[in-house]
Amino acid sequence: MYNYTDFDRAFVGQRNHQFRAQIARRISGALTEDEFKPLRLMNGVYLQLHAYMLRVAIPYGTLNSAQMRKLAEIADRWDKGYGHFTTRQNIQFNWPALTDIPDMLDALAEVGMHAIQTSGNCVRNVTADHFAGAAADEIADPRPTAELLRQWSTDHPEFAFLGRKFKLAVSGSTVDRAVLQAHDVGLQIVRQGNERGYRVLVGGGLGRTPMLGKLLRAFLPEADLLPYVESILQVFNTLGRRDNKYKARIKFAVHEHGINAIRKQVEARFSQQRHTFAGNDRQVYRRIKADFAPPVFKDAPLDTYEAERRNNPVFRAFTDTNLTPHHAAGYTLVTVSLKAHGQTPGDASAVQMRLLADLAQQYGHDELRISHEQNVILPHVHKSDLPALFARLRHAGLATANVGLASDMIACPGMDYCALATARSIPIAQQIARRLQTREREVGPLKIKISGCINACGHHHLGHIGILGLEKSGKESYQITLGGDAGNSAAIGERMGPGFAYDQIIPAVDRLIDAYLELRATAEESFLQAYRRLGSAPFKRALYPETRLAAELCHAL
Amino acid sequence: MSKPKPLQILTANHLTRGDVIYWSGHKWSNDPASALLFCSEERAKEALNQVPHAIAVGPYLAPAEAIDGKARPLHFREIFRSLGPSNYRHGKQQEARHV
Repeated sequence: MYNYTDFDRAFVGQRNHQFRAQIARRISGALTEDEFKPLRLMNGVYLQLHAYMLRVAIPYGTLNSAQMRKLAEIADRWDKGYGHFTTRQNIQFNWPALTDIPDMLDALAEVGMHAIQTSGNCVRNVTADHFAGAAADEIADPRPTAELLRQWSTDHPEFAFLGRKFKLAVSGSTVDRAVLQAHDVGLQIVRQGNERGYRVLVGGGLGRTPMLGKLLRAFLPEADLLPYVESILQVFNTLGRRDNKYKARIKFAVHEHGINAIRKQVEARFSQQRHTFAGNDRQVYRRIKADFAPPVFKDAPLDTYEAERRNNPVFRAFTDTNLTPHHAAGYTLVTVSLKAHGQTPGDASAVQMRLLADLAQQYGHDELRISHEQNVILPHVHKSDLPALFARLRHAGLATANVGLASDMIACPGMDYCALATARSIPIAQQIARRLQTREREVGPLKIKISGCINACGHHHLGHIGILGLEKSGKESYQITLGGDAGNSAAIGERMGPGFAYDQIIPAVDRLIDAYLELRATAEESFLQAYRRLGSAPFKRALYPETRLAAELCHAL
Repeated sequence: MSKPKPLQILTANHLTRGDVIYWSGHKWSNDPASALLFCSEERAKEALNQVPHAIAVGPYLAPAEAIDGKARPLHFREIFRSLGPSNYRHGKQQEARHV
């Protein structure tokens, strides 16, 4: 874990003091809402549908038990006893009073947390693979890189008022769990011979015009990270549009100018300024890296774990879906699903947060991770401790064995909370989860992702089944996209046809699942594999069985 | 014959609490039913410019109807704003329990 220095503590304290004064000036009327809005956004404060919302950064998704307990305390003391983990490794508190936010931020600072740059047109919270520092398939822990980027980008004067927000993600594995291709810049740690460096992607993003990131550099030496990323930001600041916020993200600059022209400009800028970094960034990186030394792993027999797996089918089901191979012998990553059937995806109560903190302390080397898929991970659990850990999770309603299955959905807050939303997401997710609960194991791996508006916080473009909530003629309407994917074979889903009314979207998803089960070649062929093999036609027929579209498709076949 | 224009209410969010408030004619209120209904667009726009803004963030007009003499928003977004989220009984539903 990164440990705050005196400089970090002083910086966050000063920033909180400054924002406290800005809030006071807003309440006194000295600042208008137009003047205050960019200031509050830079500090993670939104005004949502029913209340203010405070978005707190969980840098690269890493928490320790003290931080998780502090989030629980904040939820209890200043909110309504819960928090919502988001698709960018943040936590959102949905009900704070503006007057309480300075105290909430001071409380966060006590454990080295803040809400700086979780909104606004700046470099946002840097995200990373949620299995960082633990996965068996990892080349290197991406978190020191992410922390270096966080420190470099925090309050960076040149990038404080970009044309639009800028999102960075880092992965240290050959398996992309960080959705690198949907970020403005995606960095994948790779090896070239004996040297370690980064594969650099640029220009990815979702929203109303989804685009996958393009390869900017196949190999960037590790030491060149900051001058190179700074060059990308400078080119974006120069070429990015400021006349139209809908075309201001770097993906549009890449699209309009072409990746070769962007590369040429970035490389030219990089060669000019590389020498100016003079090695200070490497010193900081080395210090950061030392903070992320792996824990001392224990050695213990696995008899109790294996016996429990043999004798307890509920435990076995949990271990089948919620575990991921760890690099240390005898250890496993445990994903704790925040998707109990019928619950709000990504929500955790203060009681659950405290339990997770206790479990991390007792069984998990004091570490937790938050995934962009809105789950909590205990990254270092010895399998001999799993039976006891599972029993406590189960008692707290946190042992849902559905990771990677249909009910393990991503859903944005939608119109239940978000001022930008055009339809609700949460009740759709709740209903789908309940509906598919009895057959999701038969269905197998399936990513359903739901957004309540075109901004795509729910990553619907990347869902095997994507659902986008819109308004149509004064009513909620839900469009379906199929074939999207967020991993190594990333793809933007294909829109199927007209939207479905609120009360028709669940039956439509049900028909899709029926069709898949009938069409799949074997029980092992996943929904995505079947879709890629068969194309959209049979799934469109299932979605629109009585329409002319279906008739035409049938005729054409 | 052209469709009659709907009535309108004036709504905003409270400056410090952030919750949804409605202009009742003489003060901002939490209760959507107490919202003043404007029959004329001209009067509604006039009120939008004249109401006290000190505690109201982002005031705007929203279409509404009168049911038993009380205002009820027409658009589903405004209906959700008047009720609170659907996943928990927080917001307006919780307040209603205490009335």
